[in-house]
Amino acid sequence: MTSEVTHTNPNYNYDVVRLFTLATIFWGVVGFAAGVFIALQMAFPELNIEPYLNFGRLRPVHTSAVIFAFGGNALFATSYYVVQRTCHARLWGGNLPLFTFFGYQLVIVMAALGYVLGVTQGKEYAEPEWYVDLWLTIVWVAYLAVYMGTLITRKEKHIYVANWFYLSFIITVAVLHLGNNISIPVDLLGAKSYSAPAGVQSAMIQWWYGHNAVGFFLTAGFLGMMYYFIPKRAERPVYSYRLSILHFWSLIFIYIWAGPHHLHYTALPDWAQTLGMTFSIILWMPSWGGMINGMMTLSGAWNKLREDPVIRFMIIGVAFYGMSTFEGPLMSIKAVNSLSHYTDWTIGHVHSGALGWVGFITFGALYYLVPKLWGREEVYSLKLVNLHLWVATLGIVLYIAAMWVSGIMQGLMWRSYDEMGFLQYSFVESVMAMHPFYVIRALGGVLYLSGALIMVYNFWRTIRGDARVN
Amino acid sequence: MGFIHKHEKLERNSVLLLICIILVVLVGGIVEIIPLFRKETVIEPVEGVRPYTPLELAGYNIYIREGCYVCHSQQIRYLRDEVTRYGHYSLAAESMYDHPFQWGSKRTGPDLARVGGKYSDAWHTAHMKHPQDVVPESIMPSYSFLAKNAAKVNDLDKHLKTLRLVGVPYTDEQVENAVNDAKVQAVGPDVADTDGLIERYGEKVNARDFDGNPNLVSEMDALIAYLQVLGTMVDFESAKDVEDGAQ
Repeated sequence: MTSEVTHTNPNYNYDVVRLFTLATIFWGVVGFAAGVFIALQMAFPELNIEPYLNFGRLRPVHTSAVIFAFGGNALFATSYYVVQRTCHARLWGGNLPLFTFFGYQLVIVMAALGYVLGVTQGKEYAEPEWYVDLWLTIVWVAYLAVYMGTLITRKEKHIYVANWFYLSFIITVAVLHLGNNISIPVDLLGAKSYSAPAGVQSAMIQWWYGHNAVGFFLTAGFLGMMYYFIPKRAERPVYSYRLSILHFWSLIFIYIWAGPHHLHYTALPDWAQTLGMTFSIILWMPSWGGMINGMMTLSGAWNKLREDPVIRFMIIGVAFYGMSTFEGPLMSIKAVNSLSHYTDWTIGHVHSGALGWVGFITFGALYYLVPKLWGREEVYSLKLVNLHLWVATLGIVLYIAAMWVSGIMQGLMWRSYDEMGFLQYSFVESVMAMHPFYVIRALGGVLYLSGALIMVYNFWRTIRGDARVN
Repeated sequence: MGFIHKHEKLERNSVLLLICIILVVLVGGIVEIIPLFRKETVIEPVEGVRPYTPLELAGYNIYIREGCYVCHSQQIRYLRDEVTRYGHYSLAAESMYDHPFQWGSKRTGPDLARVGGKYSDAWHTAHMKHPQDVVPESIMPSYSFLAKNAAKVNDLDKHLKTLRLVGVPYTDEQVENAVNDAKVQAVGPDVADTDGLIERYGEKVNARDFDGNPNLVSEMDALIAYLQVLGTMVDFESAKDVEDGAQ
């Protein structure tokens, strides 16, 4: 088997990639819209409609729609595309990929219906109850089988770096999902279950899961995207192969330790808090190693940043990745965390990662992918891509700037004492002070959503095969 | 370079790659999680913490169902201002029967770890029905439907049994009387015989009509029963002498 032979067309399975791509776009709009709505609820509480549309029930609808529905479908779509192209092999498993598509959409719908009806485990980003967890396990095992099957039947000698990241995402999410959802249902015909661990132990396991949902779902998987689509679009090889190896193994080893930084100054033993903080700071290094590897792929072709809005999307995404992976270690330092924890600063941090990194690298990949999948030379309008980019960037800037100000203000108001030694502010005074920032944040969300709608229009025209403008 | 050569092995063998990934990602979790199950090193024993009464448990489940934890924490950190604002910092033992924990991660509203006994039942009822009636600047949603919904109490014995499977020390007697205990706690000693309830859960149990509607054991009753017990189980006043003596 030589690596540089002329390959016969492996008859790639693009049907399932197209389905996942459409689902990504659909759930993206749903998730962003849900986010705008609950952001408005925080500015104008009259928008809560009890019981089904109260903030407490809708918040997991937003987070799950964005992370698992938008992000998850994007990962399915791109991983299925990338693994076929880089292995020169058709997706393994016959109709199994199609099963993962319908199975995964069913997970999303069951989870979302549950939240609105009040069915939840009460663990952030792991809200679905036991029956959805079981079904997701089946779908995920099928996903792993398809992925590994394709890798095993590959025609290329080497497994390309993007696949390492996708594979680590798939397998680690499986481990996290199983580890965090051990529970016993009250009744096999009912939805309610009780988690096996309690108190401190359940907190530690939850944030081991929660932080690595960020680390492996929202980071490792999307780094796989970065390692394929940036070199492809830029028509340049990855900047450093050696750095890729270092980046990969150090990132996945270190990330898993970072969970306890969500539990600083709590009843979790000090040694665990310190360990979590230490590894969170070390994590800065591999994160920036990856950022540098992604960005420097453009070295010698920086002009593309000026000429190609699709590359611009991906590179700004990587820049946001660099920014939020610098902010994260900073916030994990106990002294900083004492101020930032429980405040909007955390929300802003998450969104610079989610809107900036996850969103932008995905939009970039989609703008590359959609024309390819539907046999068009290029997307309908690159001008509209550029418009999407700037509207969304402005939205993110409004969002995170508002949350920085409100978060730090909250933290400072809660801890300030007057000259008599009494707390200076009642809690509700801090709530009142947040109002303008909640309005600005919602505006940022509206802009981001508008950008996504511009994308939908652009894709609709692309898929229809309309003559390109510009 | 040597390590790149060695790495080639992984790049050519997907199963080996998969196994190595699993081993690498397991380390951190094992080191941080497994030792926490030596509970004697993690949870300092304190007096007074008991499993929830059936009615409080029903309230805990409503708290989870409505997603209260997305805006309210139940974990007072050992920082000066938090102790001033909310009371004694939270102890590990205080959430040892919460499956799962409700420490939360965000304070859009205030911490609730010690909200028990701070406000009257009438305040809670009015607040839950329309928060802005008692706190005009509040951005909390209304939960007036809780007062209209009957609390589901008839399967609480099953809930206690399930919790016993995961380690909550409910006795047979507590399981057998779960349904009745819930009903009795929601009406109080003027209407029902609360001796059994008190014998099973202690003198300090709050037994009364919480929501001001004696005709219905409502979800409001259950939720307020839960809120009113939060942070009140440990007697910090009498523990003070012990703590000071230990210094």
